[in-house]
Amino acid sequence: MKEPKALLDYARSWPLRLWMGAVGLFLYLPLAVLIVMSFNDSRRTTKWQGFTFDWYGKVFQDTELMGALGNSLTIAAFSTVISLILGTLAAIALWRFRFPGRTLVDGSFSLPIVVPEICMGVALLIFFARILPWPGGMVWPLSLGAIIISHVAFSFPFVAVVVRARLESFDRSMEEAARDLGASEWQALRDVVVPHLQPALLAGALLAFTLSLDDFVITFFTAGPDTVTFPVKVYSMVRFSVSPKVNAISTLLLVFTVLLTFIALRLQAKAEAEKS
Amino acid sequence: MTQPAAKPVIIEFRNITKRFGPVVAVDNVSLAITEGEFFALLGPSGCGKTTLLRMLAGFETPTSGQILIDGKDITREPPNKRPVNMVFQNYAVFPHLSVRHNIEYGLKMEGVGADERRDRAEAALSLVQLEGYGERMPDQLSGGQRQRVALARAIVKRPRVLLLDEPLSALDAKLREELRFEMSALQDKLGITFVMVTHDQDEALALASRCAVMHKGSLMQVATPADLYEFPATRLVADFIGSVNLFEGRVLAEEADHAEIELPELGIKAWLDHGTGSSETLQIWLALRPEKVELHKRSNGEGPPTLEGTPAGYNVVKGTILDIAYLGSESVFDIRLEAPEGREPKRIRVIRPNLTRWDQEDFTWDENVWVGWHAEGAHVLLA
Amino acid sequence: MQGEIDWKRSKSGLAGLLGPPLFWFILFFAVPMAVVWAYSFGTNVGIADIEISGTFANYARVLEPLYLGILAKSLAFAALATLICLVVGFPVALAISFAPPGLKTWLLIGVMLPFWTNLLIRTYALIALLRDEGLINQSLSLAFGWAGFEPMQMMNTNFAVMVGLVYVHLPFTVLPLYAALDRLDRSLLEASLDLGAGHLRTIWNIVIPLAGVGIASAVLLTFIPVLGSYLQPDLLGGPDSQMIANVIERQFKRANDWPFGAALAFMLMYLTFFGIALQSLLKKKERTE
Repeated sequence: MKEPKALLDYARSWPLRLWMGAVGLFLYLPLAVLIVMSFNDSRRTTKWQGFTFDWYGKVFQDTELMGALGNSLTIAAFSTVISLILGTLAAIALWRFRFPGRTLVDGSFSLPIVVPEICMGVALLIFFARILPWPGGMVWPLSLGAIIISHVAFSFPFVAVVVRARLESFDRSMEEAARDLGASEWQALRDVVVPHLQPALLAGALLAFTLSLDDFVITFFTAGPDTVTFPVKVYSMVRFSVSPKVNAISTLLLVFTVLLTFIALRLQAKAEAEKS
Repeated sequence: MTQPAAKPVIIEFRNITKRFGPVVAVDNVSLAITEGEFFALLGPSGCGKTTLLRMLAGFETPTSGQILIDGKDITREPPNKRPVNMVFQNYAVFPHLSVRHNIEYGLKMEGVGADERRDRAEAALSLVQLEGYGERMPDQLSGGQRQRVALARAIVKRPRVLLLDEPLSALDAKLREELRFEMSALQDKLGITFVMVTHDQDEALALASRCAVMHKGSLMQVATPADLYEFPATRLVADFIGSVNLFEGRVLAEEADHAEIELPELGIKAWLDHGTGSSETLQIWLALRPEKVELHKRSNGEGPPTLEGTPAGYNVVKGTILDIAYLGSESVFDIRLEAPEGREPKRIRVIRPNLTRWDQEDFTWDENVWVGWHAEGAHVLLA
Repeated sequence: MQGEIDWKRSKSGLAGLLGPPLFWFILFFAVPMAVVWAYSFGTNVGIADIEISGTFANYARVLEPLYLGILAKSLAFAALATLICLVVGFPVALAISFAPPGLKTWLLIGVMLPFWTNLLIRTYALIALLRDEGLINQSLSLAFGWAGFEPMQMMNTNFAVMVGLVYVHLPFTVLPLYAALDRLDRSLLEASLDLGAGHLRTIWNIVIPLAGVGIASAVLLTFIPVLGSYLQPDLLGGPDSQMIANVIERQFKRANDWPFGAALAFMLMYLTFFGIALQSLLKKKERTE
């Protein structure tokens, strides 16, 4: 027997279903078209000409594109690790300590989140051009340093927000119990607080990684000619022409991000389940 | 058991079942409530009482069955089309509206004109003793006052039935007692049928004219508060309403005006002043409320006491006091009863009112006593 | 708050925790921003040299009709995109907040997934839909070709920019709206229905006033990023759909007028700060409520 619809279950009323369907179509149709077209055996038109894997083959032969992708993944990896450390330290410091100027520091750390990317981009452009030039001709991956530094600067506050939110749900009497049982302040932090943070660390890492991989505007301003990242490369390809190769590489990146998101959600759900 | 005579039925549940996924919250409940009753749905949390009330209000739709109000099927009517109004457990007073606008809200939805709204809101406010509070915002009110606003907001619509979801559970004990009396008086004054959900048996016994005890989605017993307490139908009801001592038994002799029961756990026989309605082979349970049990001295070799309406040798057993809890108005005794050879000794709970200031000193720890009860003190349960 | 440690009791502890992030923040965010701010009061002397002369000339240029027009257009674009996001997103947020738990998780993931995918790719994906030989024009000419349908030009128009802005920022609206609606006490909605209001009247009389602060917050959280958008006008728009970010970019990458670019960037910053101030005011109001 079909269950009667609950009173406030608006998601099951048909006008809203229609609305949600339309919004879903709006959000996903462009991506779906992109994926389908990456298998289209035609250079120019959007008409379906037959199925092919050619574009994927071409993507892997394009050394410039693969180099850019390698740069992006490397930058994202470094940026994630550093952002995770800095963000967690900031969150714990702001949560644990009462000190003069805390509100100011707290507010300042959220600035990189809200400041328009273009402003931060030009600021870092000037900074690395005039104030602290990143030495040229360094070996890879040190040559990516300026970009990594920039990515950390806007990523770690996001990590701090996520970790902070998790800390709010921490029962401080747990830490007090650890202290009561003989743990030092640092031991209590390590043994009780950090394990509680695990799901937030995972979420923060995922966030930092995607933010870095995603960033175009700030990188656009800090990248040099030999430190092209994946979004910058794709941007120049898109500017130049619509190429099915871009469809193929975009599809690959989409699949990668979706997988990453689901793995993170899974792990998070598992961590939550173990806790409760 | 008594039914208020000649009053028409106002609410009727017919074979109501409600499932939430695999969980059966309400299981084939049929129930009729008559006009002017103060009806209580009583049971532990998760027994389905709130779901039943919410189906009556229209917040949930039954999986199967029908709900009728005044003979009209309203099972699938939306809540805003039903002649019932609810006082929510957390009151659900709209925080962004003043007290007056809260009370007028329902009238506005009916399309009642501004002048009439004002008058009726004013009358409702005075009915719940909140005159002059109309312009206050809900966050300026105490819990008790908010409860009154919720009450006024519901009764101002002159519903056929007023629904109360755990109306007093969020208040402290003193206030609760005060509001209990007020609510009773209000119901008398308005003559509206009240249906209340509560897990608090004191609340149900004190307020309701009739109670339904629910357990795991089913109705266990529907009766007046006194009948529920004195004549519970099952061990479950007996145990849920107040506390009770239960002993396994078997009927030895069954007459219209008395019965003789063997209690193998205690090695004694019990005498009842009425027939049990049971056949002689079935297992029954003897239910003894703690306040209906007497204690008598045995420490100096006194013989068994004589008990009202009871032949000698019945309804009396030897015991030893294990623990005493002095509660001021009464004392509660935990007593170990002597058991026949090879049986675990049973314990019994006895409540003794402290009628004078020295009564609490009558008995002491580890004292040997006689435990007995009158022929009309015990009740037989068949299930 | 209880359990917090006064910094005097553990100076080294605080320094060890707060030092590294604070260092990074100051050197790689605060200093660069301060330099841009200083440049906004500077003059070009020679090709690569900029003198911080304390001039307001750059800001005066921002107020010239051309740039004021672009600023006004950016604000108008952002306002319209935010409004569309709100109208489109509110029912979605409402449905998600009151969906049963299992479905709710999936719907939330559904809204957030585009948010996690690459911004550039999402903007690019729209091109395939909107261009002259794109999917929309093709389907329309397939359906109405007999009636002499001619492909519409959608790419490189303000329309395409608007579609792009809404497409990219819709999750920014839905998520805070969802958070605000999800906090609502369901029994308030039930009480309204119980008192005789229908669903629409309940939404209008109870849900919207109670979620008012959350709605305002969602508006700002959408408006601020839309205002600074660079990619959508750049890739989807035509010559007349430039927003302020595109003008800033031009000053730095092509026109090479850094002081003026810095002044423009800080105009955008001032507007953003105004938005943030409004947002924190709302937050405070929400807390006191």
